[in-house]
Amino acid sequence: MSTVDPDACYGIAPGHRMQWEEVQQSWVILYPEGMVQLNDSAAEALRRCDGRTPLSSVITDLEAAFDEADLSADVLELIDAALQQGWVCLR
Amino acid sequence: MAHPPFFLHRSSFTAACDTMTDSPQEPLRPLWLLAELTYSCPLQCPYCSNPLRLGERARELATDDWLRVLGEARKLGAIQLGLSGGEPLLRKDLEVIVGEARRLGFYTNLLTSGMGMDEARIAALKDAGLDHIQVSFQADDPDLNNRLAGSDSFRKKVEVARRVKAHGYPMVLNIVMHRHNLDRMREILDMALALEADYVELANTQYYGWALANRDYLLPTRDQLQRAEAVAHDYQARFGDRMKIYFVVPDYFEGRPKPCMNGWGRIFLSVAPDGTALPCHAAADLPGLMLPNVRDHSLEWIWNDSPDFNYFRGESWMQQPCAGCDERATCFGGCRCQAYLLTGDAAAADPACSKSASHDVILEAVERAAGLRSLPQPIMRNKRNVARALRHPVGSPPGRADTPLSD
Ligand code: SF4
Ligand code: SF4
Repeated sequence: MSTVDPDACYGIAPGHRMQWEEVQQSWVILYPEGMVQLNDSAAEALRRCDGRTPLSSVITDLEAAFDEADLSADVLELIDAALQQGWVCLR
Repeated sequence: MAHPPFFLHRSSFTAACDTMTDSPQEPLRPLWLLAELTYSCPLQCPYCSNPLRLGERARELATDDWLRVLGEARKLGAIQLGLSGGEPLLRKDLEVIVGEARRLGFYTNLLTSGMGMDEARIAALKDAGLDHIQVSFQADDPDLNNRLAGSDSFRKKVEVARRVKAHGYPMVLNIVMHRHNLDRMREILDMALALEADYVELANTQYYGWALANRDYLLPTRDQLQRAEAVAHDYQARFGDRMKIYFVVPDYFEGRPKPCMNGWGRIFLSVAPDGTALPCHAAADLPGLMLPNVRDHSLEWIWNDSPDFNYFRGESWMQQPCAGCDERATCFGGCRCQAYLLTGDAAAADPACSKSASHDVILEAVERAAGLRSLPQPIMRNKRNVARALRHPVGSPPGRADTPLSD
């Protein structure tokens, strides 16, 4: 059961930093002594989680940007995993 | 704080690195830069993984050298920066180094004993952009902590840990584990919870440098380890959402070596206080290395082309049993330094591996330490004790015990 709330705002967790890595040509999330390299779709979704935009708007925005019908399930699953990893948090 | 970096215990970093470095078109990158700013330290931990020959402060790199190294490393793809030592706070230019590192896009980790941190400094480091602070403790018990550190340091460490949290840094508590504190696992984790650590690294001692010279003093018993591990797992289950707990069974007890540095010259680059660049911070004593210095060579040449970084890169150096082993992509044959120190052959399988022909030396060391009726006195890590530590039978590389102290 996902505990992700589409009406809530999520942001990158404190102590974590998301940045574009020119050398790797990818987005990464950095945290104490660790790093994850994000694939393109995860990066597009997490970039939009700025702590102020409700997740439902993030989903609508992604659907418009990539001309996809229903990304809701995918994004909820991603945020659920990211919450468990501690990369994002509820704002 | 001198011990192997935290990421070696963390799967996500490794996994991310694997996706990057194992695809044929991707070049190897020194994702992790360990800057050992000084080997000076007010503490004297007998398990310190610094080399026995501690070197002179006068030969340390200047600020500008470090700033150049940071820029060159970043161009090669370095992204995590460990500021370590010795005690890095002894460098007055630490804030300048942090500021430049952050400007370049590094995630900056300060690995400190806490000695030398005050309110003004911790605020200045925050302003400079420091991302994270790791504070090391020797134990939860003030007397034991102070005895192991060879210095009255416990109260200071608690004060520093509180400041770290008050300033909003993520905090890792690092405790090097061995015979004298493993039985206090519960108390140590309670302390970490009380200090609101975000991560606790229970780093079982690895036997290089000073730790090897003090092996009989430090080696735990199997029973101790099993009890401590059970406590760690219990706390992981109960408090894992508040605090991440890392406990890795030490290689001496596991029958398999650690994937040392995640492979030689694969993701890790260490620069010693005098500018020597190494694929592993404990590798300076390996025979046959030319020990390139960042004063003389570009980091790009050192990483890509120097003989040292290519010496044990990949698998072509491997002999049996590693060469034909189906686990070689997991452990990379283990630690080259441990292989050399304990077998005399740097290209042998790490003797911590049960498939190694020399595995007996590990089993015997464990057995001997468990049977000791009275423990030896620790050789505390300080300049006075260098000669004594070098004379110690397992404390120095084979055949090098009597080499006079160089320079
Ligand atoms: S003496 Fe102790 S505190 Fe100092 S560098 Fe070595 S392990 Fe770290
Ligand atoms: S034989 Fe070599 S490669 Fe295989 S597990 Fe042992 S150390 Fe690792």
